[in-house]
Amino acid sequence: MGKFFAVVLVIIALVSAYPIVTHKYAPPVDISTHGHAIDEQLADTMAEAGLAFLGAQLLLAFFIWKFSGRKEGEKVSAIPSGAKIMVAAAFIFVGTEVLALGVFGQKAWASVYFTAPAADALQVQAQAGQFAFYFRYPGPDGKFGPLHPDKIDEGNANFFGLDPANDVESRDDVVAAEMAIPVNKEIHMLMHAKDVGHSFFIRELRIQQDFVPGLDLSLHFTATKIGKYEIVCTQLCGLGHYNMKAYLNVLSQEDFDKWMKEKIAEQ
Amino acid sequence: MEETSVQPTHVHAPPQGFLWKHVFSLDHKVIGKQYYALALVAVFTGMFLSWLMRFHLVWPNTPIPGLQFLSKVGAPGGLITPEYYLSLLTMHGTLMVFFVLTNAPFAAFGNYFLPIQIGAEDMAFPRFNMMSFWTTFLAFLVLMLAFFIPDGPPISGWTAYAPLSAVGGDAGPGLAWGQNLWAISIAIFCAGSLLGALNFIATTIDLRAKGMTFMRMPICTWAWFITSCIALLAFAVLLPACILLILDRTAGTSFFIPSGLVVSDHLQPHSGGSPLLWQHLFWFFGHPEVYIAILPAAGIVSHILINSMRKPLLSAKVIIYSMMSIGFLSYMVWGHHMFLSGMNPASGLAFSFPTLTITIPATIITLIWIGSLYGANLRMDSASLFALGFISMFVTGGVSGFFLAQPSLDIYLHGTYFVVGHFHMVMGVAALFGVFAATYFWFGKMTGHMMNETLGKVHFWLTFIGTYCIFMPFHYLGLVGNIRRYSSFVNDFMGPLMPLHKFITIAALCTGAAQFIFLFNLVYSRFKGPKAPDNPWQGTTLEWTVPSPPPWNNFGDTHPIVYHDPYQYGVKGSKGDFIMQDSPEQATGGVAG
Repeated sequence: MGKFFAVVLVIIALVSAYPIVTHKYAPPVDISTHGHAIDEQLADTMAEAGLAFLGAQLLLAFFIWKFSGRKEGEKVSAIPSGAKIMVAAAFIFVGTEVLALGVFGQKAWASVYFTAPAADALQVQAQAGQFAFYFRYPGPDGKFGPLHPDKIDEGNANFFGLDPANDVESRDDVVAAEMAIPVNKEIHMLMHAKDVGHSFFIRELRIQQDFVPGLDLSLHFTATKIGKYEIVCTQLCGLGHYNMKAYLNVLSQEDFDKWMKEKIAEQ
Repeated sequence: MEETSVQPTHVHAPPQGFLWKHVFSLDHKVIGKQYYALALVAVFTGMFLSWLMRFHLVWPNTPIPGLQFLSKVGAPGGLITPEYYLSLLTMHGTLMVFFVLTNAPFAAFGNYFLPIQIGAEDMAFPRFNMMSFWTTFLAFLVLMLAFFIPDGPPISGWTAYAPLSAVGGDAGPGLAWGQNLWAISIAIFCAGSLLGALNFIATTIDLRAKGMTFMRMPICTWAWFITSCIALLAFAVLLPACILLILDRTAGTSFFIPSGLVVSDHLQPHSGGSPLLWQHLFWFFGHPEVYIAILPAAGIVSHILINSMRKPLLSAKVIIYSMMSIGFLSYMVWGHHMFLSGMNPASGLAFSFPTLTITIPATIITLIWIGSLYGANLRMDSASLFALGFISMFVTGGVSGFFLAQPSLDIYLHGTYFVVGHFHMVMGVAALFGVFAATYFWFGKMTGHMMNETLGKVHFWLTFIGTYCIFMPFHYLGLVGNIRRYSSFVNDFMGPLMPLHKFITIAALCTGAAQFIFLFNLVYSRFKGPKAPDNPWQGTTLEWTVPSPPPWNNFGDTHPIVYHDPYQYGVKGSKGDFIMQDSPEQATGGVAG
């Protein structure tokens, strides 16, 4: 039974590792300026965790193979060095790993969260509500008009609760259901939740951040590749959660300007 | 005075009549079995819910016969609606985390064996003990009631994030009375768990037999003791959090709801609350809860492994100290559930380091288990198989924690199936393997009948392989970015992952079916199993010195005296390769512990 256990365990360990080693299941190609740091961190962690996983499972299998099925009453023994070597190994190997990942990993985290957006970054406001995202651009005046929750009227497409009759800044605000941005231009995204908690996730952009009601958060990022990417909600927000999505449309600067002109004309 | 001062009188009188013997019993052993029975009902219910979810995910248009009778609105014609999927998900998580993973390894086995293992006649407060079970039972009934009200069970997940959980029926189905029942149930559950934790602590400190010093307690007793200290602090925070949630929902307060929210076209009449407050309170409980589930299982596995190896661990002390440090650190890491919640990014770093640091004591424990196998004379019975399986699961679930402890990787992996794979492996399945091991090991003691070993081994192999087939692919899905808590995958990039989802569903149905072998073994062996000897596994600790099953007062009219540390294996004793804790004979030879 022990030998059978060992064989099964080895097979499980190798089969589990196979799709990882062959990159059968991997994140999509990164299209951001900060994502490479995250990807490197993921690869480093995968290597270290993979070694720990295989090492521990194979050692477990080996000992089970070797020390099971012996005669009843056969003399037992212990590793001469005792527990000390185990404690030392844990501190040295895992401690180093913890320090390394902890310290180097902060670079990737810091690049997303600790740096300030560039002064000329394009501001876009994203609003999440059950079960859609809407996006608002400040328009030619470069200013967002204030929000009035009591003015929200989805029937009349007033998703944000704008009051252009009284607020001058709101008059030229551009509202869209997709997020169009120019390529290679830093975006400063202001996040606003209309009702409950939501989250904003674009796999290719290596960006994920919660929308928290009552807390206006912001993120900044730069997309480096033209294309259409799915934005999905990753915070359980109610019955339509699975269907809450929008698209990020990364355009060339000319196409973006054209898009913006059309949108301004529509308002 | 010295000899008998520990327990001068019986804690309670022998029970008379069916009702006092089996229902409102003060006997910790009956209460332990009641917890076990409750966990068994909860785990099969929870598993059934997971079957429904897995089935719906891959065959959304195939009706499930009869499901419309459970909920006409939620499953019209046997087809699960998106909101009912979320109801099932919420109830699955709540049942499993609270009523299975807290009840089975900690409350059930802890109640049964902690007093016996320290040589006590019962718990310190038997009446409290009875109350804690019946309080927990009430919590279970209140939760299950949600299935039978028109509103249906809540759809906010077992984490019940505010304001979704706080604003009431406007936010969706199940969020009116369903969510109320959930919050009331969990508040009651917390009260029951607090009573239980206090009782465990008082019993361990006060009722140890003569000679039973702290360091002579078995490792599982230590694990239950440490766990009860964790539970006392954790449930003491969740209880008021649930009360605040109930107040927000029913009394118009705004602890968790800020101003200006428009839900279903209604401007909510709240202001000044913070959704993050709920997250902090919830996870301040929620992360230690992981250790409430896993530490007792780790203790039980150590206890069983030593018996199966016929030699002590390399160091029991180091394991106990590691468990303590895990317990201590568990209170500094709750923020790793909230890296992306909008907390100050510096706190992401502050929570990441202690989280990564927990890996060190966890690795020490694992290495001591594996290293102790060297030179063992390993028995491979069902209990031993599950204990070894536990180590494998603990390693697998542990290494994926390495990813999620890092905020920079959480940016990608948060909210994906990677997280689901991680916590099912380490908190769910590993803890359940501990429960299975404990069941095969102690069933004879608890019922007087041995379990069937062949069925036990079949159960192990199907469960062990099945579990890997279910939860390993979850990690792969997460790497591709498959989002959790979706009732169907309408997104461009999740569609192609369907074949892997189908594989998982089939594995889940098969592995779940294998649990009926276990259920059959339990029921069959209870009545038809061979009679259990007092010490079937040649164990050394005090539970093996009493008859199977033990009498109502455990040790009859005698008071055990303890002469040794708990694990005198691999020595030359008069009965074989072991010396029992209450035997005055001295060991010759043997392996250094």
